[in-house]
Amino acid sequence: MAMTEDMQVDTSQMKVSDEVAISIDNMNKWYGSFHVLRDIDLTVYRGERIVICGPSGSGKSTLIRCINALEEHQQGRIEVDGTVLSSDLKNIDKIRSEVGMCFQHFNLFPHLTILENCTLAPIWVRKTPKKEAEETAMHFLRKVKIPEQADKYPGQLSGGQQQRVAIARSLCMRPRIMLFDEPTSALDPEMIKEVLDTMIELAEEGMTMLCVTHEMGFARQVANRVIFMDDGQIVEQNEPEAFFSDPQNERTKLFLSQILGH
Amino acid sequence: MSDTHAQTVAFVRETEIPPSPPPASEAGVIKWLRENLFSSIANSILTILGLIAVYYIVVGLGPWLANSIWQSDSLAECREILDGANGACFAVIRERWNQLLFGFRYPVDEYWRPALAFVLLFVAILPVLFSHLPRKLLIGTALYPFLAFWLIWGGSVLIPIVALLGFVVGAVAYSMISARSFVGAIAAAVIAAAATWWAGGLLLRIGADFLALRAVPSRDLGGFMLNMILGTVCVSLSLPIGIVLALGRQSNLPIIKVLCVIFIEFVRGVPLITLLFVASVILAYFFPPESNLDLVLRVIIMITMFASAYIAEVIRGGLAALPRGQYEAADSLGLDYAQSMRLIILPQALKISIPGIVNVAVGLFKDTTLVAIISMYDLVGLIRGPILASTDWNGVYWELWSFAALLFFVICYGISQYSQWLERKLATDHR
Repeated sequence: MAMTEDMQVDTSQMKVSDEVAISIDNMNKWYGSFHVLRDIDLTVYRGERIVICGPSGSGKSTLIRCINALEEHQQGRIEVDGTVLSSDLKNIDKIRSEVGMCFQHFNLFPHLTILENCTLAPIWVRKTPKKEAEETAMHFLRKVKIPEQADKYPGQLSGGQQQRVAIARSLCMRPRIMLFDEPTSALDPEMIKEVLDTMIELAEEGMTMLCVTHEMGFARQVANRVIFMDDGQIVEQNEPEAFFSDPQNERTKLFLSQILGH
Repeated sequence: MSDTHAQTVAFVRETEIPPSPPPASEAGVIKWLRENLFSSIANSILTILGLIAVYYIVVGLGPWLANSIWQSDSLAECREILDGANGACFAVIRERWNQLLFGFRYPVDEYWRPALAFVLLFVAILPVLFSHLPRKLLIGTALYPFLAFWLIWGGSVLIPIVALLGFVVGAVAYSMISARSFVGAIAAAVIAAAATWWAGGLLLRIGADFLALRAVPSRDLGGFMLNMILGTVCVSLSLPIGIVLALGRQSNLPIIKVLCVIFIEFVRGVPLITLLFVASVILAYFFPPESNLDLVLRVIIMITMFASAYIAEVIRGGLAALPRGQYEAADSLGLDYAQSMRLIILPQALKISIPGIVNVAVGLFKDTTLVAIISMYDLVGLIRGPILASTDWNGVYWELWSFAALLFFVICYGISQYSQWLERKLATDHR
C-alpha cells in the first residue's frame, strides 16, 4: 500500500471551499470474505465535482453506495454533512434525504406518473404540502427540459428522458450532495449528451457531485478531481488535466490507454 | 472503375412513398370459415367432429330444458307430469328456494335481514373495487361489517356498536402514541380496545334488549348465505394478513422471519379439511368450556389462516419480481420502511400478484363448501342433507347440483372478470 500513499497528490490544493461535505476515514468493506473496499480515505469539500473511474469490479459503485448507506461498511467512519453514518435508522434516513442519487437503470417508479415520481419524497419525507411539492417538481422538470412529460408514466419515456426525470426527482429533495452511479452507461449514444448536459448545468451551479462514470470528456470538462480506483483501493487522484496527461501509476496508465486508445 | 461502381450503388431518394392501404382481399363469412374451420384436412375433420358433439349436446339437453317442470311439490309429481318424457324438474329449486339461500333453520320472517345485508354488500364493496368513486364512501365500507353482523345474527344493536367503539378507541390510542413509539402504540391500542370491549360487555348485560333484532344463533345459518359470509369475510381478512406474512418472511429480524416461515409452511402443508375438523372438534378442548367460541367464528379463523398462508406466498412472488433498484430508489430518497412498502413496493408487488391472489380468492370461495363435511348446512351440505334426503326430492341430482354450480360460477366469473379489468387499468408500464 506504500505505493498508493506515495502517489497521493495533495488534494487540499484542489478544494473549492473549506467546508467539508463528506469525509471518509479508513473505511473498509467486505462482501463475505471478499475485501471490496480497502482503507478508503476521502475528503470531499463543498462544491467539488469528483469523477471516480476504474475497471469494473474495482469498488467505485460500492464506494458511493456506502455514502448513503445503500451498502453497509464494516470498518471506518463516514461523515456526511456533519452527520456520522451509524446503524441508527433515523440517522440513515436523514442522510439519505440530504443526498440525492441517480442510478444506472434510473429506477423510476413505474406505477407513478413523472410528476408523482418527483413529488412523492418531498410530500412524505419533507411533509411539503402537495401544491408546493408540485410547483417545485415542475420547476425542476423545466430545468431538465421535460415539463411536458409530467403526466406520462416512466415507461412512455426514452432512456435519456427517464434519467433526466431521475435527476429532477433527486433535486426535488433539495439535496446538498448528488451521487451519480454510472448515469449514462445504460443509454444509447445519442441520449448520453442530454443527460451529461443536465449534469454539467448542475455542476456549474455549484452542486457537490460524486460521479462514477466512464465519460472521460465529462471528467475533463467538469471535474475538479478525478479518482482512479482498482481492486477496492484509491490508486490515484489528481486534477483532470494532470490525471489524463501525466498518470503516475502503472495501472492508471494501462486503464487510460485502454479507454482512450481508440 | 470505381466510378461506375459508385454510380450503380449510390442512391438518393427524391420522392417519399406515401402509405397505402393493404391489398383488398376477399372478405366475408366464407373466407373466415375456410381460414378458421377448414384450412386443412385435419382441421376439417376436427370441425365435423366438433359439430357432431355439439349436436348430441343440444339433442340431449334441449328437451331436458324445454320440458322442465317448475310447478310441482315432489319428484314423483314431476315424473307424473312428464309422463315418461325427458325433462328437468326445476320445481325443487322453486320450492326450496329460501332454504337454498338461507338454510333450513333461519327464521322465515327474518329473511329480509340477510337479503338486505347481501344488497348492502355491493354498496360497501364498490368503493374498494373502483378507486375513482368518491373516497368518502369508504366510511360506509368500514361500517358495513358491523351492520351486516347485526342484520344476520340479530341481537341488540349495542353489540356491533360496542365492537365498533373498541376499534375506534384503539385507533385513537394508536394515533396518539404512534409518533413516539410504534410498539408502544400497538400495545396501547390493544389495551384500549380490550378495555372498551370489557366495559361494553357490562353495558350489554343491562341493555341486552336495546333495539334488539331477533337473535339467530350461528348453527341456524345455512345455504348460500353461509358460503357468502365465509367467502367474503375470509377473503377480506386473509389479504391483509397475507401481506403482513409476506413482508414478515422478508424481514431482517430473525424472530419475525422464523415465525412467519413456520406459520406459512405449517398451514400450507396441512389439508383444509383437517383444519376444519380441528375447528369443529379439537379447538373446543383448548378453550375453557364456558367460553363456547362460536363455530362459524372458529371456521372463519381456520379458513382465513389457510388462505392467508397461500396469499402470503403469492405476494412473496410479487415482491421477488420487483427489481432491487426499486427498493434502493425508495431508500435513497429517504423514505422509511413503512412508506417505501406502502407507496412503492406493495402497489407494484400486488399488481404483479393479482392473478395469483384472484386464484386463491376464487379457490377459497369454492372451498367454503368443505364446511359441509363438518355438518354445517351450507349450499352443498343443504343439498346433500335435508333436500336430497327428503322423501319429496330424493333423486333430483342434476337440477340441484347444476343450480349450485351456477351460483358459484356467477360469483367466481365475476371476480375473474373484475381482476382482468383491474389489471388492464393498472397497466402503466407500456410494455
